[in-house]
Amino acid sequence: MSDGMQPLMPKAAASAKPPLLEVRHLKKYFPIYKGVLRKMVNQVRAVDDVSLFVREGETLGLVGESGCGKTTVSRCILRAIDPTSGEIQFREADGKVTDLAPLDRSELRRFRPQMQMIFQDPFGSLNPRMTIFEIVSEPLYVNGMRSKSEREDHVAELLRLVGLRTEYMARYPHAFSGGQRQRIGIARALALNPRLVVADEPVSALDVSVQAQVLNLMLDLQQKLNLTYLFVAHDLSVVKHISDRVCVMYVGKLVEMAATEELFQSPRHPYTAALMMAVPRPDPSSRDIIQDLPGEVASPANPPSGCYFHPRCQYATEVCRTQTPELREITPDHFVSCHRAEELQLAGIKVNQEQQL
Amino acid sequence: MDNIEPKILQPEGVAPLEKAEPEIEATAARAETFEEPLTTTQEEERISIASNWTLVWWRFRKNVLAVISTVVLIFLATVVLLPDFFATMSPEKTNARLAFIPVQSIHWLDEGQLKPWVPSVEGKRDPVTLKMLWTTDETQKTYVKFFGSSWSYSVLGLFESNIHLVSGADQTQENQIFLLGTDRLGRDQWSRLAFATRISMTIGMISVIVSVVLGLLLGGISGYFGGWIDNIIQRLIELLQSLPTIPIWLALTAALPRTWSPEKVFFAITIILALRGWTTLAREVRGRFLSLREEDFVLAAELSGASQARIILKHMIPTFTSHIIATSTLAIPVMIVTETSLSFLGLGMRPPAISWGVMLQEAQNIQTLALAPWLLTPGLIVIVAVLAFNLVGDGLRDAADPYSH
Ligand SMILES: Nc1ncnc2c1ncn2[C@@H]1O[C@H](COP(=O)(O)OP(=O)(O)OP(=O)(O)O)[C@@H](O)[C@H]1O
Ligand code: SF4
Ligand SMILES: [Mg+2]
Repeated sequence: MSDGMQPLMPKAAASAKPPLLEVRHLKKYFPIYKGVLRKMVNQVRAVDDVSLFVREGETLGLVGESGCGKTTVSRCILRAIDPTSGEIQFREADGKVTDLAPLDRSELRRFRPQMQMIFQDPFGSLNPRMTIFEIVSEPLYVNGMRSKSEREDHVAELLRLVGLRTEYMARYPHAFSGGQRQRIGIARALALNPRLVVADEPVSALDVSVQAQVLNLMLDLQQKLNLTYLFVAHDLSVVKHISDRVCVMYVGKLVEMAATEELFQSPRHPYTAALMMAVPRPDPSSRDIIQDLPGEVASPANPPSGCYFHPRCQYATEVCRTQTPELREITPDHFVSCHRAEELQLAGIKVNQEQQL
Repeated sequence: MDNIEPKILQPEGVAPLEKAEPEIEATAARAETFEEPLTTTQEEERISIASNWTLVWWRFRKNVLAVISTVVLIFLATVVLLPDFFATMSPEKTNARLAFIPVQSIHWLDEGQLKPWVPSVEGKRDPVTLKMLWTTDETQKTYVKFFGSSWSYSVLGLFESNIHLVSGADQTQENQIFLLGTDRLGRDQWSRLAFATRISMTIGMISVIVSVVLGLLLGGISGYFGGWIDNIIQRLIELLQSLPTIPIWLALTAALPRTWSPEKVFFAITIILALRGWTTLAREVRGRFLSLREEDFVLAAELSGASQARIILKHMIPTFTSHIIATSTLAIPVMIVTETSLSFLGLGMRPPAISWGVMLQEAQNIQTLALAPWLLTPGLIVIVAVLAFNLVGDGLRDAADPYSH
């Protein structure tokens, strides 16, 4: 059971690969200002006490509906934004663990090469005024590789790695399709040999036919380069395809984290179960993908008391309305934040068939 | 209910994914087989390596009016740089006996030969009104020469030259060519116009340059850093924009001491014009910075460890340079018209300085107009210049964002 600032590592798996990244009690509140004097009237609890860890070489999927805070979590981890509170423990290659949360711009520079990002929007993530060479070589340049020929060799190698022709270097992004641009973005992310790659919905803006290609490329690269992925998606099937373990978020909170098989077969949180039962709407990015649940997704600006899911949970009891459940390990490597996690018998995807729901 | 399973497991968009699964083990070399066909034609290749500025130029040159206006502006710019070359005589030379000489237009042919000349004018005093009446005498020809030599002047302070666009063919005689007539004091309108163009255009451009520098700086600080400094700059802009322009301009220009030299007045007026001009631009720059801060490619640069200076200079400013140029081009005519109006009212540049507005002062009453309509030519030039700047500015603005289409 984890409480306070205790590390979240599973007891049984402590001997397994050490975590590359461990996030503890991460919070990010966005203030809402009103009026001429810009008085703060409220806060959006975009990320509200999230703890998770990523082991070296694995892919951790992060799923949840639109607006639940996935992007905010990943940007906090990469320190693109300042977290409100919490710890982001990052283990460097030499085993030294550093908390990135309190670091400032200049202190972060040392860590930048080790963690990179793959973006969702293949159009917005490449500067239209730069050539592919300039885009992919920028990380090399700013990190000290001043020789142009050296950079050219490097970029050529990176382009080959992501399956693009090296002659494309002189081109501008406007000459490429979405899938090709995403490959360019991946090449840029890999330029500095990162150990952790955060991919924020890297395929959701792509054509369905191209999605699989890019996902497979990512898996190839993971094997070749021993990458660790934090893979954000709102699409369960994509997450299931690529992840070793999966986290589920609901309104800024982490509700469940377990190995992919385990999570899909025997979810222990009512929200996870509902998510898997959901028949997706035509528009997968719509905020409320679960139609079968009563009520609406809670607002992160005005969350309910106790368990944020209680207004919609069919298993809610009195304690759920008053006490916020902590994320705890109920079976080895399976973390749930639900007061009734042990007692509930929830339908997973396989179970679902047999039970004739 | 067996059919539920695939439905649940394979929400839309998943089928091809599952199909692709066996290929996971394949190598990246395979990834190349996914490559969309290469753009093969030369045209496509040309476009794919075209930089932003090339794309802007390709779009701009399709706009015929804008291209013509650019040529007009280039011509005006040469007048600005070399007014002496265009002038036929000193713009200040007065000669009361040569007042209100009408336009002497150039005749190209003389006895079937190409030999340009202007007819000379002859003045007779009306015995009743005592007014000078000028008649052109076509038999008396003053031959003119193009690119002939006359008095010498300095070219941009670099070297001396004595080449003039138009001069009298007979070097021994004083120039008596009044291509656009003369004014009340017998000053040559054509030569004065050349010098007025220099002053009026530079006032417009310098005040816009000052506005751009202020706007970029303050707008950039405001948008990039935000917070209290943004607040202060925004309130300042609101204050400046809420002031009624005409009374402020009138008050400020009227307050310029009469004893100031024309140069001092010139700079004072550019500053007065720029004082409000920068606010619009600062707003625009701030807006651009704010939206660019959210762009993924800016975040990518940030995550790769690029410095703030590099992000601003390499990623943010190039993205809106073309817009800034378009906006500035559109701001120049406003400045020109303002200066002209102020000078016309006697509040801007004042004689002996020559600007379009100062020249138009000479055309302030109906009698002069009826007698000497050529005194309105500066007004015509103002219209041409303003139109040209507007058309070029519009053309640039439309061409500025090739990625929006
Ligand atoms: N800069 C910001 N200022 C204020 N609120 C914000 C900001 N960024 C995000 N939010 C809010 O925080 C919540 C979480 O947003 P976030 O983008 O992290 O969600 P997400 O899970 O990534 O959603 P999506 O699937 O749409 O990408 C949302 O309610 C959003 O409105
Ligand atoms: S804590 Fe209570 S309300 Fe929340 S998910 Fe568990 S049972 Fe439902
Ligand atoms: Mg997101």
